[in-house]
Amino acid sequence: MEITTKQYKRCDLVKAVGRIDSNTAPELEKKFNEILDNGSSGVAFDMAEVDFISSRGLWVLLETQKTCKKNKGKLVLVNVSENMQQALDLAGVKHFIDIYDDLTEAIGSF
Amino acid sequence: MPSKTFAGRFTSLEKIADFIAQAAQKAGFDSKSAYAIQLAVDEACSNIIEHGYAERENGKICCNYEVLENGLKIVIQDWGKSFNPNEVPKPNFEVALEDLKPRGAGLYFMKEIMDEVNFEFDNKDGNLLTMIKRK
Repeated sequence: MEITTKQYKRCDLVKAVGRIDSNTAPELEKKFNEILDNGSSGVAFDMAEVDFISSRGLWVLLETQKTCKKNKGKLVLVNVSENMQQALDLAGVKHFIDIYDDLTEAIGSF
Repeated sequence: MPSKTFAGRFTSLEKIADFIAQAAQKAGFDSKSAYAIQLAVDEACSNIIEHGYAERENGKICCNYEVLENGLKIVIQDWGKSFNPNEVPKPNFEVALEDLKPRGAGLYFMKEIMDEVNFEFDNKDGNLLTMIKRK
């Protein structure tokens, strides 16, 4: 999995390419933790090129959201494919994390 | 029944997914169902590696499949620690964010996605998980 980040005025954008499973989720978790440890509490996660996410990956997103919320910020998801959406729906993720179809809109939500 | 054995490590998950994607394609599932089947198998294998083998390096996972007239049967065999699926709690996602707990999510996903999920544990033959997805 490749992970890139970009800093915006009010949030950090994280983009991952590939699979988020039990093998790769710790890598993503580390990246989110680095961002949050640096004092940011607004994260937009671009999933346009994520082709798989397991419950372990979803857990990373939910734990990241817990930390963001504690710090009065939030995690949002953007570009979630239909396939990925079914995994998110199984865990009711949309009740805990806002999902956007458009990157500009996601970044503008901060 | 096509069969393939993988090392019981998290690095095998992508190869297992490729094998299952082929199976789903041969069985004629659409992309969305094929993805869901891969997710169920990924959850099963992740649990075997994490809990059954406790991330021990020398475990094996044998995946078999059979294309059925109306679906796909997948049999996963391992020789790790057995468990009682009835004792795994059903995760509760209808709680406040801070009260969410991950335990049991994998098994819950498997049961939600597949039409049949059946575990057999045998000292000689190891643990057999049979899952069926119908069209």
